[in-house]
Amino acid sequence: MEATAAKPSFPAKPKAARSPGYWTMVGRRLRRDPVTMACLALLLAIVLSAVFADLLAPADPYKTSMIRRLKPIGTPNHPLGTDELGRDMLSRLLYGGRMSLVMGITPVLNALAIGGLLGIVAGFFGGRLNMAIMRTMDVLYAFPSVLLAVAISGALGSGLTNAIVALTIVFIPPLARIAETVTTQVRGLDFVDAARASGAGSLTIIRVHLLPNVLGPIFVYASSLISVSIILASGLSFLGLGVEPPQAEWGLMLNTLRQAIYVQPWVAVLPGALIFLTSICCNLASDGLRTAMEVKL
Amino acid sequence: MTSLHRLDPVPDIGGPQQPLLSVGNLTKHFPVRGGLTGPKPVARAVDGVSFSVAKGETLGVVGESGCGKSTTARLLMRLIEPDGGDIVFDGETVGTRSGLSLRELRRRMQMVFQDSYASLNPRLTIADSLAFAPMVHGVSRRDATAVAGDLLGRVGLDPGTFMGRYPHELSGGQRQRVNIARALALRPRLVILDEAVSALDKSVEAQVLNLLVELKRQLDLTYIFISHDLNVVHYISDRVLVMYLGKVAEVGPVEAIYGRPAHPYTRALFSARLSMDPDERTAAAPLQGDPPNPINPPSGCRFRTRCPHATGVCAEREPVPMDLGGGHIVACHLHDSASGHPEAHAYA
Repeated sequence: MEATAAKPSFPAKPKAARSPGYWTMVGRRLRRDPVTMACLALLLAIVLSAVFADLLAPADPYKTSMIRRLKPIGTPNHPLGTDELGRDMLSRLLYGGRMSLVMGITPVLNALAIGGLLGIVAGFFGGRLNMAIMRTMDVLYAFPSVLLAVAISGALGSGLTNAIVALTIVFIPPLARIAETVTTQVRGLDFVDAARASGAGSLTIIRVHLLPNVLGPIFVYASSLISVSIILASGLSFLGLGVEPPQAEWGLMLNTLRQAIYVQPWVAVLPGALIFLTSICCNLASDGLRTAMEVKL
Repeated sequence: MTSLHRLDPVPDIGGPQQPLLSVGNLTKHFPVRGGLTGPKPVARAVDGVSFSVAKGETLGVVGESGCGKSTTARLLMRLIEPDGGDIVFDGETVGTRSGLSLRELRRRMQMVFQDSYASLNPRLTIADSLAFAPMVHGVSRRDATAVAGDLLGRVGLDPGTFMGRYPHELSGGQRQRVNIARALALRPRLVILDEAVSALDKSVEAQVLNLLVELKRQLDLTYIFISHDLNVVHYISDRVLVMYLGKVAEVGPVEAIYGRPAHPYTRALFSARLSMDPDERTAAAPLQGDPPNPINPPSGCRFRTRCPHATGVCAEREPVPMDLGGGHIVACHLHDSASGHPEAHAYA
């Protein structure tokens, strides 16, 4: 439908038709994807149960009882049994989820802010700045992520904050690299040149033209890192480098219960099952998000 | 009081005789990877290009792909920093302390890109894309949106229908109309059209060309029209500039270039054009091979490796531009009786 010659005189319409925006279309596509919706629902349930652990937990997660150790699933008052010190498993899993999610999500958010910024700056300004930032990232990249996390938190000492710092450092390079790649790609498009040709400064161009086009892919990649982060955080706690007992955390619980695996295998496996469930939901949801965001515009 | 006065047209300074744009010895050498020892290799994309554009004319720029047409356009807009040469806009030198600032240059000179889709931000509505440049120059959002509506009307698109749309909802021709509207948003005096109609199909191309001619008349514009399509350039241009491997081969009025092409390269270029008459079509390729590598261009005349008239002098010295009269300038030893080229007198 091509308008014919240049005739500015069109009958004025009462109101301008506004097309649905990008995010409306992404939302529409997401709603048509049952797997992603199920994963998002499960994740929401896990997050909510962690947030409202105080209200949901039937018992005190720290109250030990020597006579009620390692009760099986289905014991009265202890629907998911008890651990090696007689503490209520359901309560500990709820509270542990809180800690595991914090340790899984905080490093990714930190790394998203730092790595994303570094990558966008490197990609937008290019040249020597890009060289300096990206080669530094490559040095960090050279270490296997698990090794790097263990080494850093080993050097910093155990504890929640140190574990989060260690994981943040692990996730900065991959996020910086993705941000740099996407930014370089978008920066080469003509609309960025057109914006520069209109006399706009770098900050305005980044805000109006760059960020809306690069944040989506960076967020999707970050969401896929949450599962890795939860697993790594659990691993650190398992090794005694994350949170310390008697704190409830899924990785730590997995460690302390591992001696009970022959006595009460179903109870011992519960924290691991939750780690698995959460991370696979994160991965599938992030896959679904990526597909939904690939709207050919 | 509205903020629209910030978009008042830039007044003419030097009068009609002064060229709107004159470019002297514009040079861009891109560094190339490799070469650990010795001097760093460079691609001589634009190598000492000089020309001028008169007020109100359309200068067509033609040449093979890779000859430096688009690089020249981007150098003029200062989207790439030139290595050398100067740009004078209506008597004001660009980038000097007493001359024209980059920001001011970009108000006076705008560009339309070839890829109509890549040159629009997919996340902005058409209205936002058009309002962006005026807002950068201090126009309020409300006034800028009004400007956007006015611009859409000027390029033949109904503002009510298109203001709230996203680029992917438009056809290629409609998108290119939006790009033209955006280039006009700051009321420029010179618009560079870099292959602006090349990606459109023929019927749409004709409509957009007519729109460009109409806008030029209405808004008193000057065009630099870059294209590889000789027919389109013939139709729209007042003067034509032929580029070869980063150099100006020939420049002159459109009738002179199309009627009496003087440079062997221009002749070869025109004989490559298909005739409307099937009996007159040439079967043989007028030029053999590809243009030489701009990293290591031939000595002397750049065209000598493919030129049927090449002799020793062509390898030794670079030809100086000669005026054949009427502003028809050609850089070829054939037209310089003092060059020492054996065939020179036959043409002079």
